[in-house]
Amino acid sequence: MVRLNASRREAIAGLLFISPWIVGFCVFTLGAMVYSLVISFSHYNLASNRIRPAGFSNYANLIEDPKVVTSLQNTLFYALMAVPLEIAFALVLAMLLNRLGRSAGLFRTMYYLPKMTPAVATAAIFLLLLNGNTGAINGFLGFFGISGPQWLIDPAWVKPSIVLMTLWGVSGTMVIFLAALKNVPRELYEVAALDGAGPWRRFRNVTLPMISSAIFFNVIVLTIAALQVFDQAYLLFWRDQSNASPEASLFYGVYLYIQAFREFDFGFASAMAWLLFVIIMAISIGQVRVGNRFVYYEGGR
Amino acid sequence: MSTASSSTAAQTAGVADVIDPGRRGSDGQGPQQRPSRRWPRTVGNVIIWVLLIGFSLLFLYPLVWLISASFKPRGEVFDNRLIPETFSPQNYLQVWDELPLLSWALNSFVIALLAAGLVVLSSAMVAFGFAYFTFPARNLLFGLVLATMMLPGAVTMVPQYLIWLNLGLVGTWVPLFGANLFGSAFYIFLQRQFFLGLPRELFEAARVDGASYVSMFSRIALPLSIPSLVIIFLFEFQASWNSLQAALIYLNAGSVEGFTVPLGISYAMTKYSPTAGGQGDYQYVMVAALLVTLPMLVMFAFGQRYFVEGVATQGRKG
Repeated sequence: MVRLNASRREAIAGLLFISPWIVGFCVFTLGAMVYSLVISFSHYNLASNRIRPAGFSNYANLIEDPKVVTSLQNTLFYALMAVPLEIAFALVLAMLLNRLGRSAGLFRTMYYLPKMTPAVATAAIFLLLLNGNTGAINGFLGFFGISGPQWLIDPAWVKPSIVLMTLWGVSGTMVIFLAALKNVPRELYEVAALDGAGPWRRFRNVTLPMISSAIFFNVIVLTIAALQVFDQAYLLFWRDQSNASPEASLFYGVYLYIQAFREFDFGFASAMAWLLFVIIMAISIGQVRVGNRFVYYEGGR
Repeated sequence: MSTASSSTAAQTAGVADVIDPGRRGSDGQGPQQRPSRRWPRTVGNVIIWVLLIGFSLLFLYPLVWLISASFKPRGEVFDNRLIPETFSPQNYLQVWDELPLLSWALNSFVIALLAAGLVVLSSAMVAFGFAYFTFPARNLLFGLVLATMMLPGAVTMVPQYLIWLNLGLVGTWVPLFGANLFGSAFYIFLQRQFFLGLPRELFEAARVDGASYVSMFSRIALPLSIPSLVIIFLFEFQASWNSLQAALIYLNAGSVEGFTVPLGISYAMTKYSPTAGGQGDYQYVMVAALLVTLPMLVMFAFGQRYFVEGVATQGRKG
């Protein structure tokens, strides 16, 4: 047996421990990405499991397919509406809970229950709650003399419907904000109050800067999630293959799924996936750039 | 990823604060609330309580509505009464004849158990490697682990399908948990943090006593990290139990009995939908939706602090 010195042995042991991840990364992440890139430049015939080069034709088709543009617009529109509302709502909830003493735990539990509800159950519930004629949400609006829209039929209200469902499950974001708020030193508020700062100035000049990194994190994570939205849109609009749903409900993730696993056009679907990847990266990098100017990091960077 | 390296304000938040938000300021006063006059404070408190209770109703209403709808006969599911006009508990008996709920639940349960069990073991193993050993390119590799968290699932969806297809495993359960054999980025991150918090002397002492690396991992590291292992298990169990897209991709072409609960409910929504030729028997969908939700609520009842702590940790990885 070859004798190894201690540090060599340690290095080998460490690599052995992480070897499952290395294998998984090489096959299911890096390998899959390379494979995906190759497929995006190919025509894939599922029946014969053959692949033949296609040049840029899949990417050219992306630009020509009006549904790609529509689904992209829908998705970006949805993200622009959903993310700020989620951030604002979650922050309001977290600040309310942060003011409570003993009873905060009880309210947090109630607020968290929707997060535990599986997406299929949420979709089944809201399918009926959002019904334009008999749904409880329009019933509630009618109480105030507002006649509610046909949420799931009127193209203008399809995306707000999904936003409503997303907001119902906003408590994960709330918990992250709550943890950040707990971490703001009380003395800062006391000093600010001594200096005569009112509630709004304390919020604007103490709370916001101190939790800016949590806001930044949530914005990035929620944006990535919003750009990939699938479950609710699929369950409410694209479950059956009748394609009778308004195009306003065609989200990028749904159209990608349809192209891949209903049309089995893997080349086109892979090109779509790479376009999404580039868009997500560009938006994230943009957010990081902007974020670095506003986010306050304790102890410097 | 420059976001991953920055320290965050939330980073040092005590876990105990997250578990019990009432710990600080137990006098019922928030940090921002110290106005000088008495009257505005009362008004402010009333507004806060009205909001808190109003939001509670908003969050609870759909769930209460679901429970009551599950007890209504066909024609009344849409009537929005919270107390059913006609109480129809027989929904709960008929649903088993209408839909193969039991086999869906069993399928989902076994898959979730395998997915969660495997990811706990593999992620802990990988995390141990990153936490305790020095080897070439360790930081680079760990950076890659973190970077994969940013990768949209859509990019690898098609090639992963082709991998499972070429292995002849499409239509089986394997693709729904197979990738969990190799660890998962966020869990590796979480578990590494936990390992780094354990006193290093424990491991030094075990080394001196001649313990092998494997027994250090299985006899010392794992037993001491039960709390974070529970977080990972619960998170992955929930993710797997709720997962719709993977079941659609890999199981949709098979028999209805082989579906998972999310796929089954999706199928039931179409089956009873009047626009797809159904009779509008949504009460069965509601029973099924309630039954898929209940295990999650039970899990939350027993493991609330783990869920909350796990989510707060996500924020702290910044």
